[in-house]
Amino acid sequence: MAEQQTPEQKARAKARAKLSRKLEGGVPSLRGTLIKIAFLALADAGALFASMLLIAQHQWLYFSVLLGATLLINWVYLRKGNLPAKYLAPGVVLLICFQISIVFFSGFIAFTNYGALHNGSKEDAITSIKLSASVTDTNAPFLYVSPVEDSQKKVAFLATDTTDANNPVIYLGGADWNTLAWHQLTAAELATVKMGPSPADGTEIALSIQGFKTLSMDQVIARQAELSSLKVPLGTNVDKAGFMALDPSATGVQRTFYDAIYNAKSDTFTRQSDGKVFYADESIGFFDAKKGDQKSERISDTGWRVNIGMGNFNRIFGDKSLQKPLLGIFSWTLVFALTSVVSTFVVGLALAFLFNDDRIRGKKIYRSIMILPYAFPAFLSAYVWKGMFNTDAGFINTSILNLHKGHMIPWLTDPTWAKFAILLCNLWLGFPYMFLITTGALQAIPSELTESAMIDGATNWQQFRLIKLPLLLISLAPLLISSFAFNFNNFTVIYLITGGGPSGDPSLRVDAGGTDILISFVYKIAFSTGVGADYGLASAFSVLIFFIVGGISFFSFRRTQFLEDLA
Amino acid sequence: MTTLNELEPTARVIKQRRMSPLKWVRTLGWKHVVGIAVSLYALFPILYILSTSLTKAGSVSSGVLFSDFFFGNYTALFDPAKQHDRPFTQWVINTVVIASINSLASVFISALAAYAFSRMRFVGRRGGLMTLILIQMFPSILGLVAIYGILSEITKYFPPLGLGSLGGLIMIYLGGSLGGGTYLMYGFFNTVPKELDEAAKIDGATHTQIYFKIILRLVAPILAVQALLSFIGTVSDYILPSVVFNKPEQYTLALGLQFFIDQPYSQNWAMFCAGAVITATPVVALFMFLQRFITSGLTGGAVKG
Repeated sequence: MAEQQTPEQKARAKARAKLSRKLEGGVPSLRGTLIKIAFLALADAGALFASMLLIAQHQWLYFSVLLGATLLINWVYLRKGNLPAKYLAPGVVLLICFQISIVFFSGFIAFTNYGALHNGSKEDAITSIKLSASVTDTNAPFLYVSPVEDSQKKVAFLATDTTDANNPVIYLGGADWNTLAWHQLTAAELATVKMGPSPADGTEIALSIQGFKTLSMDQVIARQAELSSLKVPLGTNVDKAGFMALDPSATGVQRTFYDAIYNAKSDTFTRQSDGKVFYADESIGFFDAKKGDQKSERISDTGWRVNIGMGNFNRIFGDKSLQKPLLGIFSWTLVFALTSVVSTFVVGLALAFLFNDDRIRGKKIYRSIMILPYAFPAFLSAYVWKGMFNTDAGFINTSILNLHKGHMIPWLTDPTWAKFAILLCNLWLGFPYMFLITTGALQAIPSELTESAMIDGATNWQQFRLIKLPLLLISLAPLLISSFAFNFNNFTVIYLITGGGPSGDPSLRVDAGGTDILISFVYKIAFSTGVGADYGLASAFSVLIFFIVGGISFFSFRRTQFLEDLA
Repeated sequence: MTTLNELEPTARVIKQRRMSPLKWVRTLGWKHVVGIAVSLYALFPILYILSTSLTKAGSVSSGVLFSDFFFGNYTALFDPAKQHDRPFTQWVINTVVIASINSLASVFISALAAYAFSRMRFVGRRGGLMTLILIQMFPSILGLVAIYGILSEITKYFPPLGLGSLGGLIMIYLGGSLGGGTYLMYGFFNTVPKELDEAAKIDGATHTQIYFKIILRLVAPILAVQALLSFIGTVSDYILPSVVFNKPEQYTLALGLQFFIDQPYSQNWAMFCAGAVITATPVVALFMFLQRFITSGLTGGAVKG
């Protein structure tokens, strides 16, 4: 057709194309522009609010990033043209801030020792080590105390030294040396003190002083945590002078020293009780007795986050104790994902063929019932299956199979049965989806194809095997690959039904359960309670999982020519 | 499967009536048998939940479903006196609010992106699509540590989007749902003929008019599907809320319901199941209501009719 166009038509087409390019369709209406400006103003107001908060906290880096992003967004929407950016901007901003950043941050953590023991910065670790252990100076006198608070509700200690019972000495001091330093009361202050019997043993002590409110017994109990962590310094250098700390019975205070004293110059901790020196070991993020020696004594199990390079990956691939359980978990993950896809697809496919038949009465009712498992929130179903699979009281053993005591099937406590139970439940969860998509794909196959095959004398089975199935596989392949990727990381089913259990070999340092797939295993590594939590190792696994799933999907997509269709 | 498919409807009815009982069993009857069997498999766990929620004892102890019809568990969930310990009413509100905002917003941004990828040609388009497909394979569970880290950093400087905030949770959901949503919608947008936009453009419509008044109306099924999937996904998620929220009054249903069964000595399956029924009913109802869109929506992108 194109060759037969007259010059006049060509010119007109050209002019029209030029005009439409120039106007990008039409002239923006006033209403549209106003709406656009209103939205932009809202976004800018939000950004302004956030940037004021950032300025107030002197976060110049974050502020400049925010400023740059806001300017960029305004530029995108206020300039003429460049439509793709206008349509993509909201999504891209969210994607970068809350998805890509997460992927990259996970990647970053994978190269650190971040975990329960290495939770924060070195400064945090130093503070925490210092605060964690203190030694009471048993030579110092025990002072009776009356906890008091000032007008700002800050607690302080009003203490009485009754060593000389006839001549008690009274002290006062708060947490901040500059505002309320620990001192013996002056004569003027002494005049305002009210003495009385100690609630503990009736000794005559100072109970109150002007300008402060004495805490009642109830208040002392209510503010227990605050009081027991109160350290009243005895000098400007608290490391040397020590501090007053409440004794566990809350009746008195005594001079106390930090056990671990940090020396910033040499970057070491010295333990006061035995004089041992501990060095900051930047390669493993601990203060230990011998640098670079992982096994040397540490002053504390509190460390800080350091970059350990390939350390986590070396552990995954090199640690002998991890190899065997990991191999088992990996192969079960593949088996689980593949079996789940195949079983749900086969059932879904069979149902789709059976019910793609207008003669069946109640077809719609069947269909509505069959897709119920897909509509039902999966985490609820998982809980219910768990309950039904219970060996002694579960509905499956007691009512459906009607088994008797001693012959019960150990659905969730035996590794093999547990795997079977998981697959059975996942089949229930997944077949409706396959049923839906196969039905859709089946209805999209042109009827001419099957008609002509029928005329050529193909049997039903031949039509299915040679025509419909190949066509279905071509159109559904991308969805099947996605389903594989989904099941590879199907955390909910594993975690809620068996929690990865039954537990594996207890002699191993890691808890590799009989039904653990990679993702549930990683979750255990990251969030196991106690000292075990190792975010770095978990993130290293996450990165590997991402590459495994991404790689498998990428190559499968390539085979389906799906990627070529994107262009 | 047979020629019957191609006959006129009236002819089909006549033919069906003439079918002998034996033939009916051979061609259709066994399908009903399969259909009933599969329906039982599909229905059974759901009936079990429903039945348990109506028991007084807390489990279907007699072994017979629906031997008890006790509605006390439902009323107890909303009992004002117990809201202090476990604010169930608040959980319902939280869930509805979060899921609705999330589902609407995710449809909005995904549809914008899908439109750009489907209709416009620009540098980085192919790479962008590939990135989206790849990124959506990184489930949030893999990044929990990073999510917590990023949110706690945000909390320090901008609390409205940080830990313990509704905004933070929704942002994480939106960032995560963009990939899948765009991927799902992209294929469907492609099925709308381009000639439509071109014709409108020649008539002087602006790109926003074309998008909002023409395209969005034609792709309504996929919008509904994405909204629904996103809604179900949010209602069903218990992992992210458990990372973001730490106060019971902030919980969503998925997180809160575990309260009834996670305490080893005071498990209450009947209450849990009653809560489950309340959680699932609107989701299932929406699903059934939008059923006809779902098949076309799920396959529209992948299957070229």
